[in-house]
Amino acid sequence: MSSVLLPGAQVLTDPMIGFDLGALARNFWALTIDGLTYGSIYALVAVGYTLVYGVLRLINFAHSEIFMLGMFGVYGTLLLLGFTPSGNAYNEGIPLTIMYLGIALIGGMIVAGTSAVGLERVAYRPLRKRGAPSLVFLITAIGASFVIQEFVHFVLPKLTNGKLGGVNAQQPIRLVEPVDVFSVFGATVTNIEIVIILSALVLAFATDRFINATKFGRGIRAVAQDPVTATLMGVSRERVIMLTFLIGGVLAGAAALLYTLRVPSGIIYSGGFILGIKAFSAAVLGGIGNLRGALLGGLLLGVMELYGQAVFGTEWRDVVAFVLLVLVLMFRPTGILGESLGRARV
Amino acid sequence: MRRSTPRLAGTALVLVVGLAVAGCSSKSSDDTGSSASSTGGTAALSIQPLVQIDNKGAEVKVDNSGTPANPAGDASAKCDPVTIAMAGALTGPNAALGINILNGATLAIDAHNAAAPDCQVAIKQFDTEGDPQKATQVAPTIVGDASIIGLLGPAFSGETKAVGPVFNQAGLLSLTASATNPDLTKNGWTNFFRGLANDAVQGPSVAAYMVNTLKYEKVCVVQDDSDYGVGLAEQITSGLGDAADSSCNAKVKTGDKQFDAAVQQVKDAEPDAVFYAGYYAEGAPFASQLKESGVTAAFVSADGTNDPQFVKQAGNAAKDAYLSCPCGPAPDQFATDYQAKFSTAPGVYSVEAYDLATIMLLGIDSGVKDRAGLIDWVKNYDGDGLARHYKWESTGELASALIWIYQVK
Amino acid sequence: MSTDIPTSTTAYDGLHLGLGDRLRLWWDALPRPMQWLVGSPIVIFIALLPVLQLPVITTVGTDFGGVLAQFGMYALLAIGLNVVVGQTGLLDLGYVGFYAIGAYTVGLLTSPDSPWNLTDDWLSRNWAWLFAVPVAIAVTALSGLLLGSPTLRLRGDYLAIVTLGFGEIVRLLADNLTGLTGGGRGLSQIAYPVAGVSEERPNGVFSAGNTLAPLNSGAFWFWLSMVLIIVTLVFVGNLERSRVGRSWVAIREDEDAAEIMGVPTFKFKLWAFVIGASIGGLSGALYAGQVQFVVPSTFNVINSMLFLCAVVLGGQGNKLGVIAGAFIIVYLPNFFLGRTQLFGIPINGDEIANYKYLFFGIALMVLMIFRPQGLFPARQKLLAYGRQVYVASRRAYLAAAALAAKTPVPAAVSSSSDDTEGGAR
Repeated sequence: MSSVLLPGAQVLTDPMIGFDLGALARNFWALTIDGLTYGSIYALVAVGYTLVYGVLRLINFAHSEIFMLGMFGVYGTLLLLGFTPSGNAYNEGIPLTIMYLGIALIGGMIVAGTSAVGLERVAYRPLRKRGAPSLVFLITAIGASFVIQEFVHFVLPKLTNGKLGGVNAQQPIRLVEPVDVFSVFGATVTNIEIVIILSALVLAFATDRFINATKFGRGIRAVAQDPVTATLMGVSRERVIMLTFLIGGVLAGAAALLYTLRVPSGIIYSGGFILGIKAFSAAVLGGIGNLRGALLGGLLLGVMELYGQAVFGTEWRDVVAFVLLVLVLMFRPTGILGESLGRARV
Repeated sequence: MRRSTPRLAGTALVLVVGLAVAGCSSKSSDDTGSSASSTGGTAALSIQPLVQIDNKGAEVKVDNSGTPANPAGDASAKCDPVTIAMAGALTGPNAALGINILNGATLAIDAHNAAAPDCQVAIKQFDTEGDPQKATQVAPTIVGDASIIGLLGPAFSGETKAVGPVFNQAGLLSLTASATNPDLTKNGWTNFFRGLANDAVQGPSVAAYMVNTLKYEKVCVVQDDSDYGVGLAEQITSGLGDAADSSCNAKVKTGDKQFDAAVQQVKDAEPDAVFYAGYYAEGAPFASQLKESGVTAAFVSADGTNDPQFVKQAGNAAKDAYLSCPCGPAPDQFATDYQAKFSTAPGVYSVEAYDLATIMLLGIDSGVKDRAGLIDWVKNYDGDGLARHYKWESTGELASALIWIYQVK
Repeated sequence: MSTDIPTSTTAYDGLHLGLGDRLRLWWDALPRPMQWLVGSPIVIFIALLPVLQLPVITTVGTDFGGVLAQFGMYALLAIGLNVVVGQTGLLDLGYVGFYAIGAYTVGLLTSPDSPWNLTDDWLSRNWAWLFAVPVAIAVTALSGLLLGSPTLRLRGDYLAIVTLGFGEIVRLLADNLTGLTGGGRGLSQIAYPVAGVSEERPNGVFSAGNTLAPLNSGAFWFWLSMVLIIVTLVFVGNLERSRVGRSWVAIREDEDAAEIMGVPTFKFKLWAFVIGASIGGLSGALYAGQVQFVVPSTFNVINSMLFLCAVVLGGQGNKLGVIAGAFIIVYLPNFFLGRTQLFGIPINGDEIANYKYLFFGIALMVLMIFRPQGLFPARQKLLAYGRQVYVASRRAYLAAAALAAKTPVPAAVSSSSDDTEGGAR
């Protein structure tokens, strides 16, 4: 990747872009672990994009805001559990922490899942009934993003007496402090990173099984492959679509919990946008519509981003991600593993 | 509606799981819940003034001999009704700063108007959103309003660059309580005065303090991409000289929350301290991610992070952080009055806004009626305020501007 | 004749046409010189807005001239984006990138902060802006070509995301290449056209320092942008009626069919992209001249969404509609800003203005469901021999209306037969 980027970039801006392969070599493993951590979060969000695209051929641009609502769901649940934001870790011990995390996870999943389904109901279904072209969907999604963001920005603090939402990031609730557990080639892995990577893998695996081995999953795949025939065969298209949005939302809620574990002060109304674009890029990278592609793309993007930062300088992170996206779309528009939920199954 | 679902489900889950863990959960959530009134574990942490320094980094004793000017000083003052304008971001993401300034000025004007019934001064607020183009739309309105004889603002350096010439040509006093870009006073504007030290003072002072007093030998300077962050980082880096380590001068973006690569760079360099040039929204998560990844270097930053939000967001990671500010600490009486009026604690630059508004009010009390007169008044002003002594050089910079070092304790 | 036709159209509603359609039919049937004649008073009235300072309409918290100047820039952007989105049907979410490139080109060439500043050696500051504008247009056109040639092979949604990425990359480059663009410090003291220097306006009418109401710099920038808008409209309108415009419509309606029918779709998509980009660059150059200061945060991706909002709101494909859309986007938040009462009802205008994105978001969603064609939708119309057909159809319409009322409408019929001659080109 760096070899692709370098010649053009250097001609353009010779002294202004740093280039330091040494930094990458020195911290290779630490960067890889951090990259995998974010990558697995991207992957979970990417699944939401990929499923909806697979079934509806629609980029659910507002999915990033579903993720953002998930973060607020997690945070709200923790507040309801009686945690006071204090900036310090609670460190309640492993069993209790796992329980709290579990409850927060469910809280985040419920909020994100219901809002994803709600979004589908309010914004997309009326358009589908009218047979609107895909641009109309995309513009609606942009409108919905505005509405959700501004809802959290202005309306939510009024509804919750200033406890949730508003212009500042939420004061963090830290359940656990990161503790080094073991090290790989000199790079330490913390408990939080283990939790994030493992849960993401488990969730991704579970989703894969759900899509590929259950009756519901078969319905989803059928609609993705051929909506008309699927409907004729007795699959309810509307139900499949709802289910798709629900799964995407639930996974975004889970990703929201994992993200807030890693970045507790990232809970802010505008916190979904960039992450959403990254996750979308991840989905495209792996092949949009392809479940396993989303996982691969997410991990790859997360790692690449950190390598890119080490080589070119920290300010180039987003550029690396966007350039990667543009390059993939130009040279392999179907992504690494190829498009389509229908074809990439089992 | 959306909220009620998770609340119900969450409560149900607490009940179910609570049974399984036999009351453990309810006990611990009681523990944490009871501290809801205070701010939890960081109740003890707040930003405390430490020392006032000059540009060599040496301590300057606070001179309490002078009496700060009082906006309610002259009860018998008579004047025609005039207006003072305030321009800054009052909405949008940067609104907090503008509101701090507006509130500080309002406090002074209300005190003045209550004391002097025959001299009522109004304050008009103009929202620029901190956006240069918006500022170019607001500026003509301010200039065109003949009742306005003085302006408190603009609040940010960027918008001041864009509209400074407008106020200069109109001969309208532009007294800023927060724009600290050093270049602003190099434009030859005769109407522009800065009520606090600029970044070219803050940078070297803090750098000298770090090297001479705190004895840091290796400092990583991390900057954000704002006008403020870039300018400050430049000043700090040159002030630090050899102590600044160029291998770890990471750059972050406004809105960023993940700083892994920057943290890694810092960790790699093993510095004595990290200087963060930017605002608290990024500074706080950066500080906590530094701490989490095991960096023990001291965290030093400036007025952009000198905000209660920094401590709230960073928690224990903020402990012992040094935060400089050209702004002085709010005196107790001021803080009480402010709290009573706006039901929030005074923020950064509230004191400066109060002082600068007071200076304009004193001018009006003394018989100044027009824009030229007010510029003249400020040019020749020499007196104490709550924060410091105010006397300007011909460029519009304060004759002696000192920096305060605060520490999170 | 412009007087008797409206009366006859309002009197008979035989064909059940909406007001907009009747207006449109009337307008389209007018001969071109007549259109100019009828159009000019309207244009002049709009141009006089900052001078007339009409009550209620004039903004309170911000300078009306300045607001209109911003509207002028947004209108140009909307026209440019409309070529891409409305006429060719390519969704471009990174249009702000071109706006930024236009503004930064002017900034880099004329700001003393920039290493490529030309104004301290051979270029006079008085003429620097005028010199930089064509350069800015050329550079943005080139960037449109560079972005377009690899990405325009992508379809719909993908293109939208790639352009979104492009918009962000432009902003990030402006932010990161500090040696060139000053990064977050921006480029200040950008040149502006120096014209109309007088005793009260020592730096000319376009200088930001010209605050003599009502003829302040905002008003002059507004007039300048109006001139450019009209020129652009004529240019885009002529393109629209040419082979290029017909190809765009064909591509928008069905790209595959167009390709099969022999339209070189890629070439014309690229054309649309380049023309749209250069109009965006022109608008950016105006911005740089007016504000005299550019900084990357002005060119956030959210602005792309706002531009798109203007186009969608106004009506994709309708040149005049998108201008109205731009007006709504710029004017509405400013209308409320600083207002404490409206028609005697106390309101908190600042707070309402603060909610603008919420309202725009809701507007987009509602519009897409109930009126996806926008407030002032584009109608399918004949592009080449349109006027003759409109005259004929108008005659038929009037005849039908007359028949419905069982009364003859002699004046209208005779006058519209005159039109045929005027309309033949």
